[in-house]
Amino acid sequence: MDAKAPTGIGPLERREARLAWGLLLPTLISVALVVVLPLLAIFWISFKPIELADLRAPEAEAYERLRGDIAAPGDAAAIEYRLSNSSREVPVTGVVLRDVIPDGLDVQDLDSRCTLIVTQLICVLGDFEPGYRERLRIDVVAGADFVAPLPSLRASAAQMDGEASSDLFNAEFTFDNFRTLFDGGEFWNVLGVTLFYTVFGTIGALVVGLFAALLLNKSFKGQGILRGLYLFPYVAPVIAVAFTWVILLDPFSGSINALLVQMDVVDTPINFFGERPLALIMVTVFEIWRYFPLSFLFILARMQSIDAEMYEAAEMDGASPFQQFWYLSVPQLLGILSVLFLLRFIWTFNKFDDIFLLTGGNAGTRTLTVNVYEQAFAVSNIGAGAAVAVVIFACLLIFALFFFKFVSREEGL
Amino acid sequence: MSALRFGYILAPLLGALWSVVIAIVVAVVVSFATGAGLKPVIWSSLVVGAVLGIFALPQGGKWSRNRFVAHSLGAVLVVALVLFGWMPLPLVGAEGTGVAVLQIARLLYLIAAVWGLRVMLAELPWESLTRYEFEAAIIRFLTGFGYIFFTALVAIPFYVMVMTSLKSQQALLQNPLDFSLDWEKGWGLLRSYSELFGQFNFGSYLLTSAFVAVMTVLITLLFSVPGAYAVARLRFKGRAAMGRSILLIYMVPMIVLALPIYIAFSMLELRNSLTGILLIYPVTTIPVALYMLQGYFRGLPAEVEEAGLMDGLSRLAVIWKITLPLSLPAMASVSLYVFMIAWNEFLLAFMLLDDPSKFTLTRGIASLNSSEIPRQHLMAGSVIATVPIMLIFLGLERFMTKGLTAGSVKG
Repeated sequence: MDAKAPTGIGPLERREARLAWGLLLPTLISVALVVVLPLLAIFWISFKPIELADLRAPEAEAYERLRGDIAAPGDAAAIEYRLSNSSREVPVTGVVLRDVIPDGLDVQDLDSRCTLIVTQLICVLGDFEPGYRERLRIDVVAGADFVAPLPSLRASAAQMDGEASSDLFNAEFTFDNFRTLFDGGEFWNVLGVTLFYTVFGTIGALVVGLFAALLLNKSFKGQGILRGLYLFPYVAPVIAVAFTWVILLDPFSGSINALLVQMDVVDTPINFFGERPLALIMVTVFEIWRYFPLSFLFILARMQSIDAEMYEAAEMDGASPFQQFWYLSVPQLLGILSVLFLLRFIWTFNKFDDIFLLTGGNAGTRTLTVNVYEQAFAVSNIGAGAAVAVVIFACLLIFALFFFKFVSREEGL
Repeated sequence: MSALRFGYILAPLLGALWSVVIAIVVAVVVSFATGAGLKPVIWSSLVVGAVLGIFALPQGGKWSRNRFVAHSLGAVLVVALVLFGWMPLPLVGAEGTGVAVLQIARLLYLIAAVWGLRVMLAELPWESLTRYEFEAAIIRFLTGFGYIFFTALVAIPFYVMVMTSLKSQQALLQNPLDFSLDWEKGWGLLRSYSELFGQFNFGSYLLTSAFVAVMTVLITLLFSVPGAYAVARLRFKGRAAMGRSILLIYMVPMIVLALPIYIAFSMLELRNSLTGILLIYPVTTIPVALYMLQGYFRGLPAEVEEAGLMDGLSRLAVIWKITLPLSLPAMASVSLYVFMIAWNEFLLAFMLLDDPSKFTLTRGIASLNSSEIPRQHLMAGSVIATVPIMLIFLGLERFMTKGLTAGSVKG
């Protein structure tokens, strides 16, 4: 009898796939909510003329207080509502005010827009133009059943309902954010700074990490301690080390400047994080300092997995130390070096905290990521910030394409 | 290069370079330790180092005439220059530097220079060198230099961080180099710390940070373990794409996400709440945890799990009873790594938390960065944030380094 290989998807396989998706579901949902949704939002916002202040939807507001004194039955006063539209640009339509008149007060004369049902006050106020203001007075007299003291009016807060369209959700789109972004010479400047920071930061961290790894690629007493020590910059919180650098390099009271002046290296203290182009070089140096441990760790791990016999054989053949490094170690390390380069390149490109804490993006150190923050929060132009974020995301996609093209073959990701 | 391949040329050359390195290092170390002003004199260090190099060559072997001449000349040169005052010693003091400190510094210099050169130049002949000997000596020099360079590079900022937190702002403004401690103050040295815990609420920040970090680890594991297992073991359509998209998500910069998250949280009134923070933090770590764990799960022998399946366990029971116990070390690495990310996270805490009662440590430190607060407080806060993560790291270094190498190309 001919045995036929089963084709198609069997029930077992289907069950397995169902289980797999089930297991992945929590991750997928959370990632969709926190990563994919914000990404879509960024694209949406980048086409909208939105400022930080526009985030609060316009509202009709009421501020109530009592004019006059009420202490005993028979006293007259007025409840005053100050009504306004919180926005100066957008109208609020269909405004309705609801409030409760405190017990014991008799309403004397009612505005034509208002109705009173027992103690429930309802005023249909219509539309509020942008910047609209009004005072609504309701005269009251304390009735015979009034018991002092009068409860605070705000015990029952006036409730305002009204509808306004928020800029965030309407269907108006504009290319203004991108136009202003690319128009100014600033963008290309920022891009140049970003590329400098990324390229030199990445290469620097790799090279320094390679040296550190070469140094510790032998066993001796204290090797473990040194390895732990060399990882400190990466493990410590960025805010702690960044502020330490700022204090250490301070032009007025920094130890490094004091040292340089004392050793006659410089005459006057240097403002490391405040001068162009030194500030950019310094933040790049900081980046190298903070991330060399990572490349160090990877390269060391790779080095220790290289077969020692190869070196013994080379030693027998009389290869000198530099020859051994160049002809044996480097080819073995090329794979991990290129992977590290690509990944670190992407991550340095994305880096925000370090520069933000060191210079705040001043003195010619504004990278694309810092620019997002600057535009959105310092200039309060959320739309412009989102446009920069979209540009970053586009760059990232290009890098990722590269990454998967070259690296996945290399490391089998 | 071949012109350098003689012991009597290489030794003074390395000696001179090494001597300069040591002179600078001693000057910096002594300055930072005592506040005394010390200056390395470069040209004098070069001369003295060259002579020391000649003397440090192993003494065995035949004595040739030129070797004898070089030795005597070097000795005479140094003695004459120093005795007759034509040349300063490699280390001189600035104004007001005590003689005792200066002499101790010079002694340190001499010991370090000679000892280093003895190690570097060991077994080096006086005459011509083979390429191997030549390069080995240079590498020994570079190694010595590397240890000093890297240790200083890493240690100085942390040393300054700790010492600044123990000193007063006035003392440091007067002499920014003086990190010596006034032991008579006793517990008073820790004043910044007691003020931070007493007046600035750092105790509560510490607890908040610990809570947030631990919760982040737990939630991350809860989500990523099943996901990682699915990607590693189960066959389904889109498995490869899934692996890639995880990595891609892992590359999206936080600042791009932070902006819409800030907007959404403002609208949903989730800003200023730890719930909001705990909604975001785990999601930033789930992709990397998933990626690390699936790599580990793939390395586990599938046979054990299949045996479990044969014995009638369900998939979930297999994960719970077989896979998880086997992967405890990997879980420890992932947990530590995630803990570190959550503990050190700054950007989101900075943007989303404004209410001081809900600050995490990093957010708390950011609030200390003002001109009205003395900077020893800022540094004390930095120490408070750094010490716990360092202790955890040193205590569990094995897991930590594993975790870092397994998935952390992120930074």
